[in-house]
Amino acid sequence: MCGIVGLFLKDTSLEPQLGALLSGMLGTMADRGPDSAGFAVYGAETPGSLKLTLRLTGDVDADDLVARLSEAAGVPLAHVVRDTHVVLTVPEERAAAVRAELGRVPTVSIVSSGQRMEIFKEVGRPDRVAERFGLSRMAGTHAIGHTRMATESAVTTDGAHPFTTGADQCLVHNGSLSNHNAVRRELVRRGLSFRTENDTEVAAGFITWKMQEGFSLDQAMSASLDALDGFYTFVVGTESGFSVLRDPIACKPAVMAETDRWVAFGTEYRALVDLPGIDAAKVWEPEPAKVYVWERP
Amino acid sequence: MMPTVDLTPTAGLAPSPLRELNAALHRLAPDTNETQWRLLNPRGQHAIAVGIDAPIVVEVEGHVGYYCAGMNKQATIIVNGNAGQGVAENMMSGHVHVKGDASQAAGATGCGGLLVIDGNASARCGISMKGIDIVVKGSVGHLSAFMAQAGNLVVLGDAGEALGDSIYEAHLYVRGSVTSLGADCIEKPLEEPHRAEVQRLLAAAGVDGSVDIATFRRYGSARQLYHFHIDNAGSY
Repeated sequence: MCGIVGLFLKDTSLEPQLGALLSGMLGTMADRGPDSAGFAVYGAETPGSLKLTLRLTGDVDADDLVARLSEAAGVPLAHVVRDTHVVLTVPEERAAAVRAELGRVPTVSIVSSGQRMEIFKEVGRPDRVAERFGLSRMAGTHAIGHTRMATESAVTTDGAHPFTTGADQCLVHNGSLSNHNAVRRELVRRGLSFRTENDTEVAAGFITWKMQEGFSLDQAMSASLDALDGFYTFVVGTESGFSVLRDPIACKPAVMAETDRWVAFGTEYRALVDLPGIDAAKVWEPEPAKVYVWERP
Repeated sequence: MMPTVDLTPTAGLAPSPLRELNAALHRLAPDTNETQWRLLNPRGQHAIAVGIDAPIVVEVEGHVGYYCAGMNKQATIIVNGNAGQGVAENMMSGHVHVKGDASQAAGATGCGGLLVIDGNASARCGISMKGIDIVVKGSVGHLSAFMAQAGNLVVLGDAGEALGDSIYEAHLYVRGSVTSLGADCIEKPLEEPHRAEVQRLLAAAGVDGSVDIATFRRYGSARQLYHFHIDNAGSY
C-alpha cells in the first residue's frame, strides 16, 4: 500500500516548522505503511561544503567514526548525531578523502549526499522513526516522507524510502514497477550504481541519469512516463524543486493541496488536515500522467 | 431532533466517534425522529455515514475520505467538501450530493438512488453501475462507466479515455468532449425519450433550465461484446 507525504514551503516564515508539519503528516500515514519509514529534509547549506548523511550499523561509535573521518579529512568535521544516523559537513575539497575512508568502514553506509538534503530512514512504525530522528525539530524549505508496506523487496532499512541516486535528489514511490530489472541493467551500463534490488531505486536512478544528461526536473519526470512501466505515484525532491507524477491509469491514490504559503502532497487527504490554512486551501487530485513541478525562486 | 456529531478522532483506546456514529445510524428505526444529522470535522476519514437504511438527512461539513455514504438506502447525504474514493459505492436508494470533487470510483456498483457531484469526478466514475443515476456537473476521468450495467450517467463537462468500456445497458450522456470511447461503446442518437431522461435527471440534480438538453450526446452499448457471437468464439 504505502503512504507518501510531501511539503514544499513558499512562505519562508514556515521553514522552522517544516519538520513538525511533516512529522504529523507522516504519523497519519503510518497505517498505510507500518513496516518502515523515511524522509528527506532540505535544510540549510554550508557554502563550500557537502552534507553526508551516514547510517551506522553494528557497534560503530559515532564519535570514534567522526574522529577517524576528521583525521582522514585533515580538518575537524562538523557533525550532528541523530539516532543511527550522523550528518557530516565536509568541505568539498576533502570529500574524496572522507569517502575513501568510509569505504574502509563496512558497517557505515552513506544514506545521502548533497548541499542541503539529509535523508533518514529506518525500520519501524513511522511515528516512532520520526521521533527517533527528531524530525519535528528539523527546519528547511521542503521535505518528502514515506511510510512503507513492502511488496517488491524485503523489510530492511535499505529498502525504505526515500531513495537517492544523486546529490540532493531523492524519490519516493507508492506502487510497483514491472520493468525495473531491464531499466537497471541499462542504467548500470551507463555508469550508475545501485545498492539494492528495489524497483524504486531504479526510478530514482532514471531521474538522476536524465538530469545528468541535461534534462530539467520536468523533462526527466516526463521521460519516465515512457521508460518506466508499472504502478506508481512518484514524489521527487531536488535542491530547489518538488515534483509529483502518477502513472497513466492513476493506479495509486494521491491528493494535493496548495495555498499561498505551501504546496502539499498526501496519499490521502487525512495526511493534510492539520496543515495551517487547509480549510481555505485548493485541494485536488493530481491528474494521471501529468507532471507537476514547483521550483524555489 | 438534530444531532450534531464531532468526528475528530480520539486519542488512545477511547471509542472512535466515527465508529460510534455509524453504529448509531445503523440503529435508527425507519420512523425515527432524529432525521437531521450534522457531522463536523470529518478530517478525510474513511467510511463516514455508510450503510444507513433510514429516511434521514446527514450533512457532513468538510472533506471526507474513502467510501463515504457507501451502501446507502433511503438517506440523503450531503458532503460540503470533496469526497475520496468510492463515494456512494453500492448505493441502493436515496440521494448523495458532493458539493466539491469526487475521487475515483464514485458511485461504483450502485444499484439505485441519485449521486450528484457538483465538481469533477476522477477515474472510473460509475464503474459497474447497476441502476444508480449519477449526475456530474464537472468532468469525469478515464474508464468511467466501465462495465456499466444499468442506470444513467450524465456528465455536464468532459469524459476521459475509454468511456463506457465493455458497457452493458447503462445510458451515458456527455455534454462536452469524450477523449475516447471504450470497447463496444458507441454514440447513439439523442431521441425524445432520452431528452426527457436527461431533463428529469438534471431537474433532480438541481441543475436549472439554462442547460440546453440538445447539447448532450448519448453513448451506449453496441451489444457486440456481451452477447455470444460465433465469430468471436476464438476470443473466449
